[in-house]
Amino acid sequence: MKEAPIISVRELTKRFGDFTAVDRITFDVGRGEIFGFLGANGAGKTTAMRMLCGLSRPTSGEATVAGYDLFKQTERIKRSIGYMSQQFSLYEDLTVRENIRFYGGIYGLPEARVREQGEALVRQLGLGAVADQLVGTLPLGWKQKLAFSVAIFHDPAIVFLDEPTGGVDPITRRQFWDLIYAAADRGITVFITTHYMDEAAYCHRVSVMVDGAVGAIGSPRQLKERFGADNIEDVFITLARRATRQAD
Amino acid sequence: MMQQFLLFVQKEFIHVFRDKKTLLLLFGLPVAQILLFGFALTNEIRHAGVVVVDLSRDALSRRLTDRIAASHHFDLVATGTDPTVADRLFRRGEAKLAVVFPPDFAATLVREGGADLQVVADAADPNTANALANYLTNIVLDFQRELRNGTDAPFRIHLETRMVYNPSLRGVTNFVPGVMALVLLLVCVLMTSVSIVREKEQGTMEVLLVSPFHPVLVILSKAVPYLALSLVNLGVILLLSVHVLDLPVQGSILLLLGESTLMILTALSLGLLISNVTASQQTAMLISLMGMLLPTILLTGFMFPLENMPWPLQAVSNLLPSKWYYIIVKAVMVKGLGFSAVWKETAVLAAMTVLLLVLSIRNFKIRLA
Repeated sequence: MKEAPIISVRELTKRFGDFTAVDRITFDVGRGEIFGFLGANGAGKTTAMRMLCGLSRPTSGEATVAGYDLFKQTERIKRSIGYMSQQFSLYEDLTVRENIRFYGGIYGLPEARVREQGEALVRQLGLGAVADQLVGTLPLGWKQKLAFSVAIFHDPAIVFLDEPTGGVDPITRRQFWDLIYAAADRGITVFITTHYMDEAAYCHRVSVMVDGAVGAIGSPRQLKERFGADNIEDVFITLARRATRQAD
Repeated sequence: MMQQFLLFVQKEFIHVFRDKKTLLLLFGLPVAQILLFGFALTNEIRHAGVVVVDLSRDALSRRLTDRIAASHHFDLVATGTDPTVADRLFRRGEAKLAVVFPPDFAATLVREGGADLQVVADAADPNTANALANYLTNIVLDFQRELRNGTDAPFRIHLETRMVYNPSLRGVTNFVPGVMALVLLLVCVLMTSVSIVREKEQGTMEVLLVSPFHPVLVILSKAVPYLALSLVNLGVILLLSVHVLDLPVQGSILLLLGESTLMILTALSLGLLISNVTASQQTAMLISLMGMLLPTILLTGFMFPLENMPWPLQAVSNLLPSKWYYIIVKAVMVKGLGFSAVWKETAVLAAMTVLLLVLSIRNFKIRLA
């Protein structure tokens, strides 16, 4: 990582009253990297991600996202990132085309570009036959792929994915990861939280959160070596056992 | 920014129009309420018993009596010169309306260009009494027009309507303003809160908040379709009330629409506030229905008179926007009063709106932080 990191986090902390949800986390993410954010339920990974997206204000610490200060340049950050929430975040009562048009539109993309790029996307995802159907009628896997494509439609520097593959079968998940790799090849940095340990192995680097802090960070290979484990799951379990906090 | 806003509003309209069941409910409910009421009325007002007390016994009084008897709304059950007959028939329930011609009715009319005609209605059933009085008014107006035909004489018959047994006349004049308040509340509070909370549930709200689209614009875009729907609903109610229920808008229709828009804004702000403190559509619906609709029906004053309630309930009723709106609508629509008569109520509503809006926007920002 010779060039400046696209996400730089120093001692970032979030407290809710007495409870410290995220405790002085520090890490960098490089441009074009697929960065996995792992952790048990309640370990603080969603809170950390929400802070980086500007959905939650940090209590203390410093961070830059896409080169902008997290505290002072939130509006700039918003223009540079994409986000996909756990629930796919598409409107079920809108058609595929309408969803694309709406999300493209609220990012202020010109109408002509939205139309052109939207049609290309529909073709690329093989959704031509259902483009005018309500999204609610599509299978989960299709919705999820569409949601991801919509999240990067405005060509953000970073896309944040909050447990995007919950509830879908392994084959669809694999196809979803093909999309993620394609996005990373385009230079989009991918920041992803997940429960699935096989997915952690797909990431360039992962960070495992334990009790609101970063328990370990490195490439999957590095982590396996450091913990003398055969797979990431064992690494995760070793770390998770150290947790004192109750899962929610 | 404007283009994004319009796009958002368009999306909101799609949500509304795709949800056929809710749409049907939104438009069906007021129509059903008004029509139900209208039909209940028409069943009552055919062949209502009427007593004519004719103290004048001249050509004109007889012509008018014939006219009344010929109407399918009325059955002439008695005529005479004894005013106590009416009272007796009222008590026995055989007559609902009495028309009293004063002595020298025709002579006075010709000589002075105007004469009094007294109408007494049994207002124990206020809806019927009001409708009957309206029908009688129409008959008399027709008659008056006919008399004037070909002459320059004014021939004005002054109707002096008196409601007995229930002088304050709670009925149709209460019902329409009540339905208006109810529908505006239902559409705006319920639909706004549900539509915002739905975005939270779907996870789309987060995506919107992450996007550069301004949160306040999210709220505004949500408000536009419901504002529009409510105004359409209001129009339907007014058309029905004028043409089906014979309850014309006495005052300025512009004032009425202005006040209604204020009420819509109040309700929208309330819906916004509810959506801020709830996380699921069911909770939002429950709060809107139990917390708003029920008190509105019970404590606004159109179902049960507020004057008879114990003071704690009266105090609570002061907190309901619908109570103030109801007073305004009655004053403007039924009594034909102007802004000077309702400025206090308007000020209360406006203050409530500002308060609710400040509260909810502040809450909304806190959630973002």
